[in-house]
Amino acid sequence: MTTISYPTLIPRPKEYVSGVWSWLTTVDHKKIGTMYGVIAFFWFLVGGIEALLIRIQLSGPEGTFLTPEVYNQVFTMHGTTMIFLVVMPLSAAFFNWMVPLMIGARDVAFPRLNAFSLWAFLFGGILLNISWFTGEAPNAGWFAYAPNTEVPFNPKNGVTYWILGLQVLGIASLAAGFNFLTTIINMRAPGMTFMKLPVFIWMTAVVNVLIVLAFPVITVALIQLQFDRLYGTHFFNPVMGGDPVMWQHMFWLFGHPEVYILILPAMGIVSEVLPTFSKKPIFGYPFIVFSGIGIGFLGWFVWSHHMFTVGLGPAANAAFSISTMLIAVPTGVKIFNWIGTLWGGSIRVTPALLFSIAFIGMFVIGGLSGVTHAAPPSDAQQQDTYYVVAHFHYVLFGGALLGLWSGIYYWWPKFTGKFLNEKIGYLHFTIVLIGFNITFFPMHWLGLDGMPRRIATYPESMGWEVSNLVASLGSFILGFGVLVFLYNVIYSRKGPKIAGNDPWDGRTLEWSIPSPPPHYNFETIPEVKYRDDFWYKKYPELANESHGGGSGVEENSHSDSHEEPHMPDPSYYPLFISLGMTIMIGGFIPFTGHWIVCGIGLAIFTWAFLGWCYEPVND
Amino acid sequence: MSTAVEEHVNSTGVDNKKLMMWIFLGSDCLFFGSFISTYLVYRNRSLAGPYPNEILDIPLTTVSTFVLLMSSLAMVLAVSYVQRGSQVLGRYYTLATALLGLVFMGFQVYEFSHFAHLGLTPRTNIFGSTFFVMTGFHGGHVTFGVIWLVIFAVSRLAETMKQKLLIIGSVFSVIIAMAGTMMTHTLDVIPNIPTIVAFSVFGIGLIGTIGSLYLLKNSDNQNIETIKKEEGNLELAGLYWHFVDIVWIVIFTVVYLISANDGAPLI
Repeated sequence: MTTISYPTLIPRPKEYVSGVWSWLTTVDHKKIGTMYGVIAFFWFLVGGIEALLIRIQLSGPEGTFLTPEVYNQVFTMHGTTMIFLVVMPLSAAFFNWMVPLMIGARDVAFPRLNAFSLWAFLFGGILLNISWFTGEAPNAGWFAYAPNTEVPFNPKNGVTYWILGLQVLGIASLAAGFNFLTTIINMRAPGMTFMKLPVFIWMTAVVNVLIVLAFPVITVALIQLQFDRLYGTHFFNPVMGGDPVMWQHMFWLFGHPEVYILILPAMGIVSEVLPTFSKKPIFGYPFIVFSGIGIGFLGWFVWSHHMFTVGLGPAANAAFSISTMLIAVPTGVKIFNWIGTLWGGSIRVTPALLFSIAFIGMFVIGGLSGVTHAAPPSDAQQQDTYYVVAHFHYVLFGGALLGLWSGIYYWWPKFTGKFLNEKIGYLHFTIVLIGFNITFFPMHWLGLDGMPRRIATYPESMGWEVSNLVASLGSFILGFGVLVFLYNVIYSRKGPKIAGNDPWDGRTLEWSIPSPPPHYNFETIPEVKYRDDFWYKKYPELANESHGGGSGVEENSHSDSHEEPHMPDPSYYPLFISLGMTIMIGGFIPFTGHWIVCGIGLAIFTWAFLGWCYEPVND
Repeated sequence: MSTAVEEHVNSTGVDNKKLMMWIFLGSDCLFFGSFISTYLVYRNRSLAGPYPNEILDIPLTTVSTFVLLMSSLAMVLAVSYVQRGSQVLGRYYTLATALLGLVFMGFQVYEFSHFAHLGLTPRTNIFGSTFFVMTGFHGGHVTFGVIWLVIFAVSRLAETMKQKLLIIGSVFSVIIAMAGTMMTHTLDVIPNIPTIVAFSVFGIGLIGTIGSLYLLKNSDNQNIETIKKEEGNLELAGLYWHFVDIVWIVIFTVVYLISANDGAPLI
């Protein structure tokens, strides 16, 4: 191929730049995945500290540790951080690492766009948290109900930071969504048809469809709220004919698919971990795949169950009640599939497996309490109480985070070539599981006893003291468990690189290559015949038609010239384009001289955009 | 991006970029769908005038809609000519598409400032809020498409990279001038606009100019590879352009044809 020499603003860095710049300019999906994970874990600690502040405040009646104003900011930022800066990017870390490895590709479809998503996520998180230092953090809850978010009720800039920070994070998620969908649809190894994709890839695909379709809705809602706050429109202002309930509809039309965006990646991880440690194929592959698709589809028809007490009328409440109960069906199917996978398997116990099993248990508890507020009359009792808090922590912590931890223990050898220490892993698992249940189980009682959410204090006479104190103690056990994990990571860094290609006797393609993988992943792109292809390559005698085999591709001999495949060179522009974009969007926050900041951001953005478009295609 | 990634056989046979454009358009459907739904939910909810029946001018907007539809025809011809190897005709039709898009934008600017003079701004009532924000974001999409097409068309006029970049630099200047003129017409539509525009224009202008000058330092001849790349890009621009047109057909139906007789609410 002839070399095309494009003019460029800054020369594209060479493939093997070292040091900090090798990370800042990388377009390698593995490095990007690692950075997603590290940054998300940092925010996890921040969000965790916010949670502990909440629990200190509520540990006894009439708490004075935080003022009500600060308390509002802390719980708002706790929710926003955990959802947008922890669970989503931790899932994105796994998408980045595992999607190309599991479908037999050398990278994602658009490596520079991938880097752009990472940096936009980082800067969006920073923009959101700058609000702590400029007078007031967002204080209206992660759902930011109007008219509480309108200027007359919330005149400071906290909510504006929230709006614009979420816009940046939304752009990051959308770009990643386009990228991963294109990758999964278009970059599969030869022979890997859709029904041979690993379940994790299927769940990734469903999640990214949800991201691509749900985020535009919140983008528009945020634009409308921003225009209301900054430019005097009336979208959610009842005095001029606007309607706060419209915000609720728009928000939950995004917000409910969002909760499936949070949980489905963990479900995908569990569906990889259980077969590996049971030495059995996943039980009922088509069922688990179509259940995932069913959840993603039905997830669009349930949003108003967040609004049962708004007064939409019996017809709407009945319809959304039915659809909400309906969505429990595919979820239940999945749970039986996981149990069926374990059933009769040769089970090997590891921390990864324990986290997956705990995921099933905790998710069932959270799922059952979820079904109880699918019925509007019972929901009217539970609305805005700690029962709801207990419910969504069981599905988001007991579900999503335990699932993600399972993935961390499972794929850590692939990421680093080293094992996470098993003994510390068991300790971590035990402390987290116990601490988690001590923290959140009493909240069921608190909620049914009528303790409302989002209150900064409660009086002595309510009978809530003991449960609250227990929950607060539990939260510190939980926090300690997280530190044990952190210690495990640091401790295991010193360990030897003994993982080898395939430490768990794995089933999917990522175990066929060295750990950690070379930067080009696969020397030759594998050809896939079966679902769990690597397993049947190892044990051909076990293969039969029922394993998704059959119409495999014809063997065609690759030219085995052992040259390293050439990968895209690093680039400076993803970093600068997302920096410029964030400064530009942040420039809409009305502080003195903000248009100058906006202009500077636009200048950086335009420059980096031009540079991106005309960057040389390297050879 | 690189050879290694590009040489990977696509599982579906569809180019990665084209596939991503389709996914993006699916996403954009929800974007405009949300604006249009908001408009419909808030129909007949304005508590103060001017109401749609006092202000909407169907014949005028029919003309601008016709212009936009004709731009889609030009777009089809442009892509078709480029794919059949007729570069010159392809370039002229691309320019024609962009020009028709600009005419459409001219109608919108006229309409916005006309409404503002009749007393309808985004702050007047809920009709104003929904109308200006929805059509404004549609206009933003059209403007982006115009920039894309103009850069494509004129950069093809250049023989060398040096000329190409000079032309891109001048396109930026023209757009800056245009944006400035447009915004002075709509000054009273949205508050704060003059300042943001001043700085946006300044930013784009500065960067466009400095960037182009810097780029000129090391320029090179383009070759067959770049032309192939641009053919692909024109098809993507075409998909985008048709989509934005279709969105306008929906907005035209919903705002003008359906609700042009909406008056004061019957309370």
